[in-house]
Amino acid sequence: MKDMQMITGNHAAATAAVLAGRANRSGRGFCSGVYPITPSTECMEFLCLQEIEKGHVVKVESEHSAMAVCIGASVSGARSFTTTAGNGLIYMAENVMVAAFLRLPVVMVVGNRAVGPPWNIWTDHSDSLALRDSGWIQIYCGNNQEVFDAVLIAFRIAEDHRVLMPVMVCQEGFVLSHTMALTEIADQTQVDQFLPQLRLPHRLAQTPRVVGSFTSSRMVEAHREQHHNAMRMAWDVYREAQTDFEKTFSRRPPDPVVTYRTEDAELALVSMGTIAETVNRVVDNLRDRGLKIGSVRVTMFRPFPFDALKKAFTGISRIAVIDRDISLGFGGVLWGEVRSLAQPGVVVQNYVSGLGGGDVRPEHIEQMVKDALERKTTGPSIFVGVGE
Amino acid sequence: MNRPESYQDSHLLRPGNTNCGGCGMSIAFQMFKRSIVDTPVQLVIPACCAAVAAGGFPFSAYGAPVLLSTFASAASTATGMAQVARLNSEDIRVVCWAGDGGTYDIGMASLSGAAERNEDILFVCYDNEIYGNTGGQRSSATPAGAGATNILKGKIEPKKDIMSIIAAHGIPYAATVSLADPDDAKRKFQRSIKEKGFRFLLILSPCPTGWKSDPSMTIELVRLAVRSGLFPVLEVENGSRWTINVEPDFSRDDLARYVSLQRRFKKSEIKPDEMAEEIDLKWKTVRMRAGCNTGV
Repeated sequence: MKDMQMITGNHAAATAAVLAGRANRSGRGFCSGVYPITPSTECMEFLCLQEIEKGHVVKVESEHSAMAVCIGASVSGARSFTTTAGNGLIYMAENVMVAAFLRLPVVMVVGNRAVGPPWNIWTDHSDSLALRDSGWIQIYCGNNQEVFDAVLIAFRIAEDHRVLMPVMVCQEGFVLSHTMALTEIADQTQVDQFLPQLRLPHRLAQTPRVVGSFTSSRMVEAHREQHHNAMRMAWDVYREAQTDFEKTFSRRPPDPVVTYRTEDAELALVSMGTIAETVNRVVDNLRDRGLKIGSVRVTMFRPFPFDALKKAFTGISRIAVIDRDISLGFGGVLWGEVRSLAQPGVVVQNYVSGLGGGDVRPEHIEQMVKDALERKTTGPSIFVGVGE
Repeated sequence: MNRPESYQDSHLLRPGNTNCGGCGMSIAFQMFKRSIVDTPVQLVIPACCAAVAAGGFPFSAYGAPVLLSTFASAASTATGMAQVARLNSEDIRVVCWAGDGGTYDIGMASLSGAAERNEDILFVCYDNEIYGNTGGQRSSATPAGAGATNILKGKIEPKKDIMSIIAAHGIPYAATVSLADPDDAKRKFQRSIKEKGFRFLLILSPCPTGWKSDPSMTIELVRLAVRSGLFPVLEVENGSRWTINVEPDFSRDDLARYVSLQRRFKKSEIKPDEMAEEIDLKWKTVRMRAGCNTGV
């Protein structure tokens, strides 16, 4: 009998983290550092209130320290998890990078939130995308079930010795973090099976040696090259994990790129997170009116899904990239990356919308479609819905 | 308890490391290791001279496992390690070994957090009263009158009273360690490595390079700082029971000699008499707190 629960994204994330934490009870346990910030607070609260066998959650004095606890726990061989958002993630940033560069399999749920000022607690992707180059794998979720599943699969790929690096599971603040939806919860036996004990090859134990040592320039390059190559390995590992996940839990987590009605499309609308859900409805409506459009959702942003995107764009002459973020002085972050792989002659137009939690409504997307179908060349990024 | 076998070297800081001659921190490491003998430790070292001393990959100057943490995060990184050791019933002592920057300044928030949570960590601050490995800039541990590379003459503000701040956390054990009083130092190292919960040690650690002193004068400088009352040697149990371990003679001659053996006080032209006022003020507080607890 399926265990279906009506829960928020935060609750789903924490439930998955607790299951994953318990699953390492036969190993070196679970230890996590946490600090509250809207909209991720309820995830950490839930985590703090659970009994975790051979587990401990440390309530620290800052996000920077929260990640430091995770680093210390992980380097000692424990499974580790934390959650934060917006300015909290930016404050944490130094240790976020350290966790990656020490190749520690920490999993973090980011409740995407605008980075202030202006102070605002609602969602956009500018926090996690500011850490695009931090060496973490990044997964962007579309609904609460995906959040639950992504946390489990994140531990699986993070701890795989071919990958060994942290994973950020991104859920849009409030849109997912605070919205209840029916979510299928796994039981402990299943999770135990899916997540074997963590064995960290470079665990700091008894041998005198330095973790995080100084190195020469050429050794830094060697470290980065290995890390980069391991990122690319994450593809295969993710695919294996998807299959294993399906065997264990009888449902399949989404592919790194999810397409919707793109087969004969002239225009593809590319987005991340929950916006894709609205885009899909617009695609249905406009297809009824005879427009050949489709939707492409990027769920795994790092490593960047070059091949899957190239495949999704086959035969497409126009691409509209919807960014819930902005790289100031450049344009949308997602747009920049999509543009880098589009075929010559293809119009790749950027639309920035939904910053600071602004609703990206069907009429906004229709506006983008109209513009994208009419334009002859790629122009500068267009802000849609500003000041409404 | 699982006690790891044949765990560590006879040295904690191995010979051949790159520390300057007469480095107080090097001496502190030797005395610490000789006191704790074979107690298994893991070190967490934030950015400081001790991090540089580790040397370059794949070598290590340390005879123990070391994690080099970010500057502000020694105590919180150590928290994760100590908690996992506890979860696995391992008899390992997690020790933070930080400079004054990583303690008084950038490390203060995480240090305070770990102390308040009473994490099972020994936090050792070797205090050379400057940012040493960046070349000698002021920290909040730099005493009034001392010069630094980013001050025109001498520091105006007095040294931050870290022991009062730490004691206010009510941790099980906090003490200052004099490298010139080895018996007292040994007792403190041995007690603090064994004690459960958060422990804090402050070691006055002369830096010949930054203080512009003769490397052979390191221990002498500590002796003079203790005798003159500049560096009170004391311990605080449970944040409330203060004990003075070494009674100074408050000699002005010792104070004058302390100043004259270094060139860092030259530019400010600070007079021993001015420093003595500061010492008097400091000792009023210390005596008030210690009551009649003197000696051991």
